[in-house]
Amino acid sequence: MKTEILKIAAAHLKPFLLILSLVVLYRGHNEPGGGFIAGLLAGMAYVIYAGAFGVGKAKQLRLAKPMFFMGLGIGIALFSGMIGLMNGAESIFTGVWTTLTFGTYSLKLGTPLLFDLGVYLTVAGMLVKIIFTVMEEDV
Amino acid sequence: MLFLPVLIPLISIVLLIGFRHSLKYQQGLSIVSVFAQLFAAVSILLKLSGNGHLVAQAGGWPAPFGIGFVADYTSGLLLLAVSLVAIGSVIYSIGFVDFDRQKNGLFLLYQGLLAGVNGALLTGDIFNLYVWFEVMVISSFVLITLGSEKLQLRASVKYLVMNLIGSMLFVAAIGLLYSQMGTLNMADLAYKVRLQPAPPLVNSAIMLFFIAFGIKAAVFPFFFWLPASYPTPPIAVTAFFGATLTKVGVYVMLRFYSMFAQLDVAFWQPVIFVVAGLTMVFGVLMAASSYDIRKILSFHIVSQIGYMLMGIGLFSVVGLAGAILFIVHNMFSKTATFMAGGLIYLYKGSYDLKKLGWIYKTKPLLAFLFLIPALSLAGIPPTPGFFGKFLLLYAGFDGAHWSITIVALVVSILTLFSMVKIWNEAMWKPEKITADLVAKKVHPAAWMGTFIVVLLTLFLGLTIGYTYDYFAEAARQLLDPMSYIKAVLPETP
Repeated sequence: MKTEILKIAAAHLKPFLLILSLVVLYRGHNEPGGGFIAGLLAGMAYVIYAGAFGVGKAKQLRLAKPMFFMGLGIGIALFSGMIGLMNGAESIFTGVWTTLTFGTYSLKLGTPLLFDLGVYLTVAGMLVKIIFTVMEEDV
Repeated sequence: MLFLPVLIPLISIVLLIGFRHSLKYQQGLSIVSVFAQLFAAVSILLKLSGNGHLVAQAGGWPAPFGIGFVADYTSGLLLLAVSLVAIGSVIYSIGFVDFDRQKNGLFLLYQGLLAGVNGALLTGDIFNLYVWFEVMVISSFVLITLGSEKLQLRASVKYLVMNLIGSMLFVAAIGLLYSQMGTLNMADLAYKVRLQPAPPLVNSAIMLFFIAFGIKAAVFPFFFWLPASYPTPPIAVTAFFGATLTKVGVYVMLRFYSMFAQLDVAFWQPVIFVVAGLTMVFGVLMAASSYDIRKILSFHIVSQIGYMLMGIGLFSVVGLAGAILFIVHNMFSKTATFMAGGLIYLYKGSYDLKKLGWIYKTKPLLAFLFLIPALSLAGIPPTPGFFGKFLLLYAGFDGAHWSITIVALVVSILTLFSMVKIWNEAMWKPEKITADLVAKKVHPAAWMGTFIVVLLTLFLGLTIGYTYDYFAEAARQLLDPMSYIKAVLPETP
């Protein structure tokens, strides 16, 4: 399916989907959303791009390094579990919280969000890796 | 501390992904990682003496709410055995498996499998247990398909379908249990079940668990996926599977029997004995009728699972000690026989007994390396297999469970028969075709891995006088689930 409409749409959808995925990732802390679904969204950005332009082109994109992001994701998730230990907690995966304030706007951050970021990267990387592999064999 | 056996493989995965372009680093890192796991297992075992149980809660959430890891002697001993076998397996794989597979993530998947196994051995929460099982299934599934040969892919479908059905029943049972009891913490559940008669649906859930674990452990009548899938990947992978996957299934059965099924012995004991007896008999008969080394050994995995189940059913100190010793002995002996079989393949280019011959004449050391674990599987002293069987039979006669004990005795003879068959056909028989696809240089790591595991087998057999105390202590802990409950939930009266 290599139509011009899909090509134009895919090129423009990619940044939107990536931004949306980050929003869903942050929102996931108190509302529906979270790392897994956000990871799927981010992965979809690349899958749609690959569908429109072909896997070869999609693989040349700057962020299309699925194995790297899978490793990074697991690493971040594990690291988020260690932060509590460094702060003197007894057990791994003890939550640590901070709030960043920009004027009137404040951002609540904590190790669960960091863990979710790890999930996000792992899921996105895995999705891209699987779909790219399958699409390559198709051709 | 208790989380180390899971964290080490996970961290190794991250590092292995980082070093995915350099095989040398991957090999080195895997070896370092399995030795680190050995260290973690030993330190857990050392800390256990005097404490009884070790408990750690993730995130510091108190017991019935958070997810906790619990170690007792059973899980400690199995952790140690798994890490020892992992050392042998990783070294053996470096020598045995082709470079393509090694580069495509063999070591990464080994670490994933180890993370799943260690997690399943340690966790104190049933849903968490399910997650570790899935980690194991996914890693092992990719390991079976790695290389994408036609036979492998066909086998992997059987493996995956059967394991997914098992997982489905597992989740169904978890849902049922949670709806009835409102908790999934093993200690909390075991305590609540003891406080008052459990609602009838809990028994259905435990039956579902039994079937799910039965599929994972490959007991009769759910064993057929194992001989269909195990012989297809490189034998180094099969050897590692044989030491880990089914054994964790048996361990979980052991744990659940001690926690829940124990309350209804009148129902469960006959069920377990019947399943155990049929598993033994069918496994060994299939093995006796096969002519491929890998198939024979795979069927023997099934047959030996029956002995472990028998120990669970006996549920006395000697019986349980025998069951745990049997699990550990099987991890060593079975892996060692697989590895020796792999060496035969490297030298002769075949697993088919009809084509093999004269190993004893050309490679006496290799024949010897095969002989020790094979005798152990058959149960000849002074190998650990003899002591494991002796304990089980002793407990069987002691408890007057005549029929299962006699079945176990007869199956031992058949086991000896099929081991002797391999010996006669592969080692003593004159070679029919002088195949010279053979005797390339074999990587020394393959020999070394085999040596390590064979030595472990011998060591376990020769030191049984000292190690038996540990197995007996593990059995005593399993017989007294209240000690487990009190360790996890200190407030219980």
